[in-house]
Amino acid sequence: MSAAPEPAGAPESVIRFVDVHKAFGAQKVLQGLSFEVGRGRTLAIMGPSGTGKSVVLRHAIGLIRPDRGLVEVEGRDVGKLSKRDLSDLRRRMGFLFQEGALINWLSVGENVALPLRENTRMKDAEIRDLAQAKLELVHIPDAWSKMPAQISGGMKKRVGLARALVTDPEIILYDEPNAGLDPEIAASINELIREVQQELHVTSIVVEHRVGCIKTVADEVLFLEGGRALVQLPPDRFFSSDHPRLVQFLGANPD
Amino acid sequence: MPIVRPFLGFCESLGYQLELFGAVLVRLGSVPARSRWIVEQLYQGAVQGVHVVLLVGLFMGMIVSLQTGIELARIGQQDQIGTIVAVSMAREMGPFITATILAATMGSSIAAEIGTMAVSDELAALEVLSVDRIRFLVLPRIVALAIAAPLLTILCDAIGILGGGFVAQSQLNVSFQLYADSAVEALRDPGSVLPLPKDVYSGLVKAFVFGVLIAVIGSAAGLRARGGALGVGIATRQAVRDSIITIIIANYFMTWFMYQA
Repeated sequence: MSAAPEPAGAPESVIRFVDVHKAFGAQKVLQGLSFEVGRGRTLAIMGPSGTGKSVVLRHAIGLIRPDRGLVEVEGRDVGKLSKRDLSDLRRRMGFLFQEGALINWLSVGENVALPLRENTRMKDAEIRDLAQAKLELVHIPDAWSKMPAQISGGMKKRVGLARALVTDPEIILYDEPNAGLDPEIAASINELIREVQQELHVTSIVVEHRVGCIKTVADEVLFLEGGRALVQLPPDRFFSSDHPRLVQFLGANPD
Repeated sequence: MPIVRPFLGFCESLGYQLELFGAVLVRLGSVPARSRWIVEQLYQGAVQGVHVVLLVGLFMGMIVSLQTGIELARIGQQDQIGTIVAVSMAREMGPFITATILAATMGSSIAAEIGTMAVSDELAALEVLSVDRIRFLVLPRIVALAIAAPLLTILCDAIGILGGGFVAQSQLNVSFQLYADSAVEALRDPGSVLPLPKDVYSGLVKAFVFGVLIAVIGSAAGLRARGGALGVGIATRQAVRDSIITIIIANYFMTWFMYQA
């Protein structure tokens, strides 16, 4: 890695990857990935397709365990947590899937309310109020009774974000929040992510290709290539970098 | 060796199904909390499958009546048609036909629904949200099918015996009254375990077991689905194939246990 965040005065690290390796069969995806995300900061991960960006997020939330290396969230080694401890940790995290991953046979409101219904003993009215508040936060207050098949891709992402936020997480992971959206809706999603960061002061990792999104939401940008972090820089330095690989990649990906 | 890999695959699959069944058993206490989803699944499985069971059961009873009636008529024993149709429907045909229909409709639907969730990140989303997938998805389906299968079997038995009576009267010149009397008489024989007609309750016990097997096999196939639409197709095919094979094998052993052991 050619550059790293300055340690002096840096916020406490919430997510830490140390020399993480992961292979699926013969395909080596992560090959010694190391990086850190400080509390309240947003790290954007950029890189060519198939370099394991989504795999990084799945490691962070314990859906995948590393073959080698350390994945630490809030000081806990995710790869070694018991099922119960992992479940406790996940309740403090939110995850926005690429396509929203809404449960198709539940209404929008029931999707957002699901984690509260399943994991708490809150009363129905309380759950409804909290879920409705999150739908308002993501600017779709009237969507409660709609079914996932009836709503657009952008709206699915908003619902997915509302569901990720309903347990008031301290960490949110976004897997390509702009994928498949037109520029106008993508911009509104980016604004939404920014609002969530400002209002809730969460720590985030955003996997994204679009420069516009990264410039709007990121405090730092990590370029992933060959299963490793090539650079990790603040956005202004990242996009003005003269690193030949970055120049080549960004030149081919101006949006 | 070419047989080793399929055998290992079979063992792995069986192990997963047993593990899933065990996981469902330890969550049975959650059944009251899942009643809404159980009723929904019951509606899908039982209510929406009624017409198929009725139609197939009716014709099955008619076929049994006609086939046996022709042979019995040769030896002048056609007044026994009611006995044969009633006993075959209650012991074997009713539970087996109902289970085969449920395997093809509900088993495939369970595998496809859960499989689609697996390949579209919905199962991963449930995991991330700390939602217990077995309690949320599998338990309601198993309980619903365990209830639906015996209920549909009763309907299948009844319509099959009725259909047999129509054929006996219209094509074999046996009066409906005589047919019905011999059918009722045949099913009166009480069992040693329950004070109910043995042929009826043994058929219903079989139906219950078949319902559980279909739901476990369908859920396990769906949960293990990988690789997009192709993977969902494979899971669905496996669920129906494995369910029917398992039902036949389980049927033999239950028949042996109930009537011979």
